[in-house]
Amino acid sequence: MAVNKENAPAADSIPAGGAFLVAPLGATRVHAPESFTDDQRMYYQTAQQFMVREVLPHIDRLEKKDYPLLVSLLRKAGEAGLLSIEIPEAYGGLDLDRTTSMLVAEAMTLYGTWSVSIGAHTGIGTLPIVFFGNEAQKAKYLPKLATGELMACYALTESGSGSDALGAKTKAVLSPDGKSYILDGNKQFITNAGFADVFIVFAKVDGEKFTGFILEKGMPGLVVGKEEHKLGLRGSSTCQLSFEECRVPVENVLGEIGKGHRIAFNILNMGRLKLGVGSAGGAKNAINLAWVYARDRKQFGKAILEFGLIREKLARAVARTYAVESMAYRTCGLIDDRIASLGGESAAAHEQVIRVLEEYSIESSILKVYGSETLGVVIDEALQIHGGYGFIEEYPIERGYRDQRVNRIFEGTNEINRMLITGMLLKKAVKGQLPLMEAVSDLDAPLPEAPAGPLADEWRAAELIKRMALQVIQAAVTTFGMELEHHQEVLAAIADVVMEAYAIESSVARTLAHDAANPVRHAIVRLFTAEARERAFSRARYALACTLKGDDQRQAAAALAKRDEFVITDPVADRETIVTAMEPTAGYPIR
Amino acid sequence: MKILVTVKRVEDPYQAIKVKPDGSGIISDGMNYKPNPFDEIAVEEALRLRDTHQGEVVAVTLGNEKCVAELRQALAMGADRGIHVRHDGPLDSDGVARVLAKIVEQEKPDLILTGKQAIDDDQNQAGQLLAEYLHLGQATFASKKESLESEAEKAKKPGLTLLPGGKAIEVVREVDGGLETLALPLPAVVTCDLRLNLPRYASLPNIMKAKKKEVKELSPAGLGVDMTPKVTTRRFAAPAARKGGVKVPDVATLVEKLRHEAKVIS
Repeated sequence: MAVNKENAPAADSIPAGGAFLVAPLGATRVHAPESFTDDQRMYYQTAQQFMVREVLPHIDRLEKKDYPLLVSLLRKAGEAGLLSIEIPEAYGGLDLDRTTSMLVAEAMTLYGTWSVSIGAHTGIGTLPIVFFGNEAQKAKYLPKLATGELMACYALTESGSGSDALGAKTKAVLSPDGKSYILDGNKQFITNAGFADVFIVFAKVDGEKFTGFILEKGMPGLVVGKEEHKLGLRGSSTCQLSFEECRVPVENVLGEIGKGHRIAFNILNMGRLKLGVGSAGGAKNAINLAWVYARDRKQFGKAILEFGLIREKLARAVARTYAVESMAYRTCGLIDDRIASLGGESAAAHEQVIRVLEEYSIESSILKVYGSETLGVVIDEALQIHGGYGFIEEYPIERGYRDQRVNRIFEGTNEINRMLITGMLLKKAVKGQLPLMEAVSDLDAPLPEAPAGPLADEWRAAELIKRMALQVIQAAVTTFGMELEHHQEVLAAIADVVMEAYAIESSVARTLAHDAANPVRHAIVRLFTAEARERAFSRARYALACTLKGDDQRQAAAALAKRDEFVITDPVADRETIVTAMEPTAGYPIR
Repeated sequence: MKILVTVKRVEDPYQAIKVKPDGSGIISDGMNYKPNPFDEIAVEEALRLRDTHQGEVVAVTLGNEKCVAELRQALAMGADRGIHVRHDGPLDSDGVARVLAKIVEQEKPDLILTGKQAIDDDQNQAGQLLAEYLHLGQATFASKKESLESEAEKAKKPGLTLLPGGKAIEVVREVDGGLETLALPLPAVVTCDLRLNLPRYASLPNIMKAKKKEVKELSPAGLGVDMTPKVTTRRFAAPAARKGGVKVPDVATLVEKLRHEAKVIS
């Protein structure tokens, strides 16, 4: 894989997945939008101009499911190179880094239907072939997927198996002549299915071995069902697929027989990360809409932007969005650094990339959950600022509100991802890949000294919340042992504390590393941390309450309370700093 | 056809500009920069002419090390190679024109395209001075008859017309109340206005290719140009904030206010 090797750090200096929980803040360099290269900025600009010029003028037609138009615009995106970012150069792609891919994805969020359609094609539709296809499959499909001549989709979910993806019923049986597999079954909620040419489909060989297949439009027995009518993303195509003795040539098996889960889950890792970035993009768009509306809307003789409660909503939205953005590009940077340090160019490189994506699957799940929930809150408040007009279709915030709702459902529900966050942390600890138990035994050691200067309290908050998470993990593991996986409420509460820690830490680290003297950023991080630490403490207390009984609970809660330090804050002053800074940019104040 | 086209690094016009408290300049911290939009139009026109008549497009920028980013954007749009004249001090139109004149002597282009002005200081002089120094014909504010929604624009047809024989170019320019058509012998200097074309965005593959294109670094001293500005900036000041308007109940009150408050009628 082509990567920027000039600045590639040594592999051992790049923190492992989940290591943020046990390493002190600021121990390693932190990537952020401020560290984008000139090239990455140019890619973003192109993506943004493409949206403004080619896509946004057609929203009315696209919302009415004008698929010929959608497909022609996707091909236009292919001409601009937007479909080939992650495809190897040998197959007509650009082979760029993940940060670029994320930046472009962020620009696409200006319109939800578009974002999900192009995302399904380039991500879950194309990447399985990039990562798991053999030479013949790559040569056959990738150049045409790069231009948009072929459109792709991904079919994992079934009517009877959503979160339980491996419970799929679609069955594949080798034909008597050994030349093809005969597929029988169905798939549900398949994005792009209405116009796709290439279908990545998962089925169980002989009803047992979960396996990926590449299907093509026109294969006998492949039936695309009717269009679903959805709450949001109305212009995107979502159909059921059914396979009625569908004949798939054996050369269309993707990867190894029985190893389909590796494809399914690793493609999801990438998708979750992208969803986090996309959420930051969507939240910024909503903030911009809300700011302009608040500026122009007059009540009681003045702009509603002047009212404290409107200003509070805007400032809180900015603060949360900044946290998501910080986590997202920090994680992408980690992944790019790790891939660059491997320096592989050969076919084996894709195997390495998959391992790197696996390594940071905890962070990817955090971004999926935290990003989608932040977007939910931000867009809800942005709509509220619009008052009654927010409920009217003419205003884009109404569509945004509907379009974002599915983010908490697809790419693994937020519930499943919460289980994964805590589950993977514990798994890594057990395997010795993460010194979690060592950190637990150091829980009562004094906190490392916070660097003097701004955000020292926030720095301490990140460390304290990490310790809250470790304390709760210790209590849960001690109490439940191997049974912990059945205590979902505890796993989810732990995940919540871990997520808040990553969010605060990423915001603080980004600010200190890239713009340490900017009072607007200080206000953003302070306002965010003040709220995040309350949420973290409350979730940690809840986890203890679900875990410990009687005096054990009392003692643990007292120890936990010691980690909930009092900090003097001035949310009104911080809010004013943030909202005042929104004026020059007419919205989200950080560029 | 060999075309020299200018690219200036300017402040992003869509952000708020703040003046330094001492009035010595504007606050550049946190400022985004981009190619001068009129220069982008000039680059687009150069590319269309090249794609129609063959030849080469050379983009030139003048300024500090950071200007290379904007030069790369012109290369990513499709210019063939770049020249960066490195100069860290202040610029005035005369210095810019003298440097460009030297570049023209070296490169001997058939046509020099510039934006009609840079949107940072809005001088609107460099193109005219350049033509004067080189004793070349000039056409300012180049535009075209077709609208930016026309089929000709969609087909990316050039707005400037190379006349038969290839020795002269026809330029439609915006004047008060209409359009004027000029024919200029080549080489010539043409400055480009807003309605000449809609500049393309750089495709991702072209951004990658731009990295491999040649950029030659020169210096004003090496070109024999003294950059001491003839025009110096004394002071920057932000425009006075606009006061809110008021609604008047009737014409009489309006006349009264115009006479006694605004003092614009007597």
